Amino acid sequence: MSTTTDRPSAAGPAPLRVQDPELQGPIRLVDADGRLTRRGRERPVDVDKACWLYRDMVLSRFLDREAVALQRQGELALWLQSEGQEAAQVGSVHALAAQDHIFPSYREHAVGLVRGLSPAELLSQWRGVAHAGWDPFERRYHFYSLVLGTQTLHAAGYALGCKLDGEDAVTVVYFGDGAASQGDVNEAFNWAATMSLPILFICQNNQWAISTPTTKQFSTPIHTRAAGFGLRTWWVDGNDALAVHAVTSEAVETIRAGRGPALIEAETYRVGGHSTSDDPNRYRTDEELESWRRRDPIARLRVVLEGLGVAPPWFEEVEEDGRALAVRTRQECQALHAPDLADLFSEVYADPHPVLQERAAYEAFAAMVEGGV
Amino acid sequence: MVHLPLGKALNFAMQRAMRDDDRVVVLGEDVGTLGGVFRVTDGLSVEFGPNRVFDTPLAESGIVGTAIGLALRGYRPVCEIQFDGFVYPAFDQIVSQLAKMRARSRGRVSLPVVIRIPAGGGIGAVEHHSESNEAYFAHTAGLRVVSCATAQDGYRLLRAAIASDDPVIFFEPKRRYWDKGEVDLDASPASLDRALVLRKGRDCTLIAHGPTVKLALAAAEAANEDGVLVGVVDLRSISPLDVETLRRCVAETGRAVVVHEASTFLGIGAEVAAAVTEGCFFALKAPVLRVGAYNLPYPPAKVEEEFLPDVDRVLVAIDRSLNFGRTPAHA
Ligand SMILES: Cc1ncc(C[n+]2csc(CCOP(=O)(O)OP(=O)(O)O)c2C)c(N)n1
Ligand SMILES: [Mg+2]
Repeated sequence: MSTTTDRPSAAGPAPLRVQDPELQGPIRLVDADGRLTRRGRERPVDVDKACWLYRDMVLSRFLDREAVALQRQGELALWLQSEGQEAAQVGSVHALAAQDHIFPSYREHAVGLVRGLSPAELLSQWRGVAHAGWDPFERRYHFYSLVLGTQTLHAAGYALGCKLDGEDAVTVVYFGDGAASQGDVNEAFNWAATMSLPILFICQNNQWAISTPTTKQFSTPIHTRAAGFGLRTWWVDGNDALAVHAVTSEAVETIRAGRGPALIEAETYRVGGHSTSDDPNRYRTDEELESWRRRDPIARLRVVLEGLGVAPPWFEEVEEDGRALAVRTRQECQALHAPDLADLFSEVYADPHPVLQERAAYEAFAAMVEGGV
Repeated sequence: MVHLPLGKALNFAMQRAMRDDDRVVVLGEDVGTLGGVFRVTDGLSVEFGPNRVFDTPLAESGIVGTAIGLALRGYRPVCEIQFDGFVYPAFDQIVSQLAKMRARSRGRVSLPVVIRIPAGGGIGAVEHHSESNEAYFAHTAGLRVVSCATAQDGYRLLRAAIASDDPVIFFEPKRRYWDKGEVDLDASPASLDRALVLRKGRDCTLIAHGPTVKLALAAAEAANEDGVLVGVVDLRSISPLDVETLRRCVAETGRAVVVHEASTFLGIGAEVAAAVTEGCFFALKAPVLRVGAYNLPYPPAKVEEEFLPDVDRVLVAIDRSLNFGRTPAHA
């Protein structure tokens, strides 16, 4: 995967961007049963890397399931599940460099986890103690954007800044199939292409936007549309962690080589509801859910690793780490406390502002109520 | 001191700010090669080049959204929205993204973004080119909203807006772009949240901003001929309001009339009236009155002069204030 041209080279396997002739579909290195495809067999599997991908997928699933449990028990107000999308998230973030800046949407818990966010940071927003629970610069991971698609423009501006600074950093932005209908996303595609920005768009097409299927969202696939804007595009099986990783590496490499912006459309599936408040039975069938469960990204990679000789105790260790993370998630969640409203008055403006005087009024009132006056 | 029209003074403000700080960049529709449809960015792309002045795609949400990204990266973007009526496609990026990011991040992220908007009517324009939409932005916590009236003040306020670490929505009265005044290019930036007392009064205080400051001064002059001494305050900052200065001036006269081009319903005048009433209730001899546009969509240009406040409407309001509570002579 060191080649940066679109032509097959004698040195290695053909770049993945060339449409897979076998499949007539998204790029896939491992099939649903865990067997390497023809293109999968063309390139050696980096076992170490694959083990990291597997481990991080398992960890994020444990975190996700624990968060759902916490919501059911009233510890969280809401949770947006990432189950089923682990390969699209972990596979892509593992292909990035430390200096690459990420703008997530709101479901990229696995990406955040890999970037080093703690469970407390990831949960605080959903417990209602913060709007944005972490420092976006520290781990080069911006906070979540709930207004769909807005972050794609922030990412485009950020990428423009990187380009002006001459920094060798790729800006990466995640968004969903539903968000792709927003004007902002299409403005961002156009902006990126017109200004030749070092940006990678990653669309996790999880087939649904709450209850709206992709058939009601667009009639041209997102990767085709993006190509029309002038982006270099890849279409990948988003439940195949190795393929997502390979494709993201390739995309990031072309961007770093100064060849302009790119987009990856990862076909995946949200196994849970849209959120813990959603009832997906109202709009999708059990058969559909089952068909996607059979394509589970974690089970699939496990078959590959077993075939490469990774022994059972290692998998048991990973499960053990997952359980420990779940315990930590619960503890950190319960330790998250509400901020003091009084502190918020000084956090709206950088320069002095009369709203600071409202803090005194609020505190005087709070003291009066507390004093029972 | 140089004698300059407002548009040129604003141009100098950007030029000087860009010379002082290479993180200041300008972006908008037609701001580069053309210098903006009002030429307010004229010459900047020649002096600073295409990596400091960007002719963007024609997309307002994109202009503000990417400015946010640039600010996250350490830049200080100055955006131009071509006309007041075209800021709405960027509304979400302004009120939900730009305004809130600092609070959402609990003070960790500041966004020093300026959004310049040529605003207001009186130039005979077609629809969507004459709006006074400052109230939409003033209602949003996290933004500063500024309105300039004169060349000197425009220069100082824009420099202050660019220097501020907060997002600033900067309204420019497009019908005053060609009005000239003395400008000291070495003057210190204005304080972004102080009103300016332009004229001391005895009988009544006019409170105006942007395009109506000139109108208020003319009305005060006319009233003076009848022996009525009217003061004039230029708000400059619409958010936050300089309540202290307003209360002090109104307490001196006991009467106030707010004059703005925007429609009166839930306009800035309503907020000024409430703040003044609460601050100096017992000094008031009459309720605070408002003179603004009628509560209609902006009408075709041939009738805009009747739609917008003029000197006569301001004088009538001053009269109403002076005679408030007295039985009208003809009754
Ligand atoms: C501008 C905007 N409109 C509506 C919503 C409400 N909403 C939240 S998530 C969602 C569906 C998004 O679907 P998609 O982009 O595919 O992402 P997914 O949830 O599937 O990850 C909707 C309609 C919103 N957050 N923002
Ligand atoms: Mg979706």
